Amino acid sequence: MSTLHTVNKSAFERNSLESCLSVCKANASVLLIEDAVVSALQNTTISEQISAAANTGVKFFALSEDLRARGLSDRRVMDEVTLVDYAGFVKLTTENDRVQNWL
Amino acid sequence: MKFTIQINTGPYTHQASDTAYQFTRAALEAGHEIYRIFFYHDGVNNGTSYSVPPQDDRNLQQLWSDLAEQHSLDMIVCVAAAQRRGIMDEGESAKHGKGSPNIAPGFQISGLGQLIEGGVQSDRLLVFGD
Repeated sequence: MSTLHTVNKSAFERNSLESCLSVCKANASVLLIEDAVVSALQNTTISEQISAAANTGVKFFALSEDLRARGLSDRRVMDEVTLVDYAGFVKLTTENDRVQNWL
Repeated sequence: MKFTIQINTGPYTHQASDTAYQFTRAALEAGHEIYRIFFYHDGVNNGTSYSVPPQDDRNLQQLWSDLAEQHSLDMIVCVAAAQRRGIMDEGESAKHGKGSPNIAPGFQISGLGQLIEGGVQSDRLLVFGD
């Protein structure tokens, strides 16, 4: 059983991403949407935690529309994070057995 | 696959209503079924026909109504949340002695049971909000 976690708040504003990572299983996927896309940027205070979780097998995604809406270039995104569009978002919800929305 | 979508925030709170709308469209385009959309808490503000945003702003209430018409969506507004925020259909406004009903086309007022049933009947329940 795999879980898709969605996080919609910046890791520099709320602790929902950290809470999510603390319960993430190795085969889980984490999708960063809305303000959470800033957590996908390189060299931030949350980057190490994302890398560490990725090393244990957690897959990371970010919604490309929300990055673009915030003027953030794809090149600034961590290598561990895969960009998806809304169609990709839908696909992730179907590929995983359940969805947990962190609000 | 069957989806039920729960929306907890209004069109002018943050981004969640827009995300829910875009997700719903993408799911329909991919051939999935949207079993129900449940508007809860401030999310009921998506369902007022009295909202008149500037012409260069997206009109989310209208977009939902159009999408519901195109795809025969079941869009439910929570009755208790709606009463608090002044979203009424004909029955509710008559019952409470208010003026003209203001629920937007395609939206229906009902209870929390519809959310639970949506969760039971669907393969995935997604929650959008703050």
